Amino acid sequence: MSKVLFEPKQIVVPGETLAEGMDNLPGEGTFRDGDKIVANVLGLMNVKGRLISLIPLSGKYKPKRDDVIIGRVTDIASKGWIVNINCAYHAMITLKDATSDFIPKDANLSKYYDVGDYVLAKIVKVTSQNLIDLSMRDPRFKKLDGGRLIEINTTKVPRVIGKAASMISMIKEKTGCRIFVGQNGLVWLKGEPKGENVAAEAILKIERESHLSGLTDQIEKFIVKSLK
Amino acid sequence: MTRTNVNKSFRAHLLNKLQTDYRFDNRKKEEYRDIKVELGVISKAEGSCRVTLGDTIVLAGTKLGIERPYPDRPDTGSITVNAELLPMSSPDFESGPPGIQSIELARVVDRSIREGGAIDFKKLSIEHGEKAWFVFIDIVSMNNDGNLMDAACLAATGALLNTKYPNVKDGIIDYKNHGKDLEIEAQPLLVTVNKIGDSLFVDALRAEEPYIEARLSIGILDDKGTICALQKGGTTPFTEEEIAKALDLAILKSKELRKALKGGKTGKK
Repeated sequence: MSKVLFEPKQIVVPGETLAEGMDNLPGEGTFRDGDKIVANVLGLMNVKGRLISLIPLSGKYKPKRDDVIIGRVTDIASKGWIVNINCAYHAMITLKDATSDFIPKDANLSKYYDVGDYVLAKIVKVTSQNLIDLSMRDPRFKKLDGGRLIEINTTKVPRVIGKAASMISMIKEKTGCRIFVGQNGLVWLKGEPKGENVAAEAILKIERESHLSGLTDQIEKFIVKSLK
Repeated sequence: MTRTNVNKSFRAHLLNKLQTDYRFDNRKKEEYRDIKVELGVISKAEGSCRVTLGDTIVLAGTKLGIERPYPDRPDTGSITVNAELLPMSSPDFESGPPGIQSIELARVVDRSIREGGAIDFKKLSIEHGEKAWFVFIDIVSMNNDGNLMDAACLAATGALLNTKYPNVKDGIIDYKNHGKDLEIEAQPLLVTVNKIGDSLFVDALRAEEPYIEARLSIGILDDKGTICALQKGGTTPFTEEEIAKALDLAILKSKELRKALKGGKTGKK
C-alpha cells in the first residue's frame, strides 16, 4: 500500500522520506531508495498525479534545454568557445552556433568573442554527461556591451521576471534601463547611473522579499520613491 | 586576483559610474560603507574584534604565548600576523596553502602594527634572553565584499586594544584567567585608495575590485596623519599629484575609521 507522507507546498529537507511504496514516481529534486522516495533538495512538496517532485528553495543553477542564460567566455577552443554559465559544468558554443555571420576558416576567433566577454545565449542541448551546448543564432542573443552584472538566487528568477514578464518590464520602463535576466541567476543591467542603481536595488529587493504578495506594486512604489 | 581577463566594456561602464559619482551602491567615490566594530567577540582569545564594513566581515583574534626571544634581540618579544581567507567567504578564495592575497594582507597589517609601534616589544620581555611574550594575531575573512585590507587592519587594531595578559603561575600560562591589559602605544589604521582610469576612490566593492588598476594602502597612526606603512598594488603607476591626493584622502578617511574604532561596542568576555 502506497502512502504520500507530505501535503503539497510543505517544506522538506534533504533526506526526508516523501512517499512509501512503488505507486509514485520520483521527479525533480527526489530519488528512489528501495520502495521509498527521498528528498534531494530543500524545497516545497509538489504532487502531480503519481509524480512527486520538489520546487527547490535554494541551490546552484541546473542547466535545462531552452533556457536563456548569461555566460562568461573563459577559453577559446579550436571549434568554438568555452563558456562559464554559473553552474557546475562548462558550456560550449560551437562555431556553427556562435553567430549568424559566416566565420572564415582561419579567422581569429577572439574577434567574435574574447575571453572575459559576457554573452546572452540559449541552451540547445544538455546530455546525460552534462555536456552543454549553447546557441546564439538568433538576433536577440549577443555579446553584452558594458553595463554590470548582479547575481541572484536561480530559484527567484521567475519572480524577478514576473507573470508574463510584468515585473521586469515595469522595472525597465520606470528606470529606463536595459535588463537581461538569465535563467542561471545572472542579471545584466545598463542605464543611466541613478536608474541603474535603483533597478539593481529593486531586483535584490525582489530576491529578498519574493514570498510577499502584491510584490509588483510594492516594487513599483519603491522605484518611484527611490528615483525622486 | 588576476587582471588578465578584464572586460574592457564593463570597465568603461564602471569608470563612467565613478566619474558621475554614482557607484554600484549609490556611494560617492570618497565615501565608506557603514562601519561596525565589535570588541571581545571570541571568549577563548586574549583579545578579539569583528569588523563589519557593508557586507564585508572580518574577524581578528589575538593569542599570547611565552617563547624564547630571538638571539639577536634577547630583551624583546614580537608579533606574528597570520591571515586566512576562507573559501566560505568568497567564490574567489580556494582552500589550501595561503595564496598571494592572504600573504599580502597579513604582511601589510603586520607592517602597520610593527612599524607603527603599536606595541613596545621591549615591554613584552619577561626574562632577558630566556622568556618573552609573543603576540599572535589571526585574521579571518568571514565574508568578502571588497576592501578586506582596511577591515583587517581595523580588526587587528581592535583586537589588540581588547587584549589582556593571561595569568602565569609557576611558568605555566592559565588561559582561563586574565590580568592586566596589553599596553598599546599607537593605533595604526589602513586606508586603501584605489585607482581606475584617473578616478581615485576608497572602500572598493568586490564588483569593483577586478577592475582596479592601482591601489595604495596607507597606514595612519593618529588624527594628525602620521604615516607608518605604505603598500602599492596593481600594475599602473600613480603620478606625484595622485599620491599627494591619495594621502590627503586617506588621512581624512582614517578619522572616520578611528571614530568607529572608538565607538566599538565591547561584548561579554
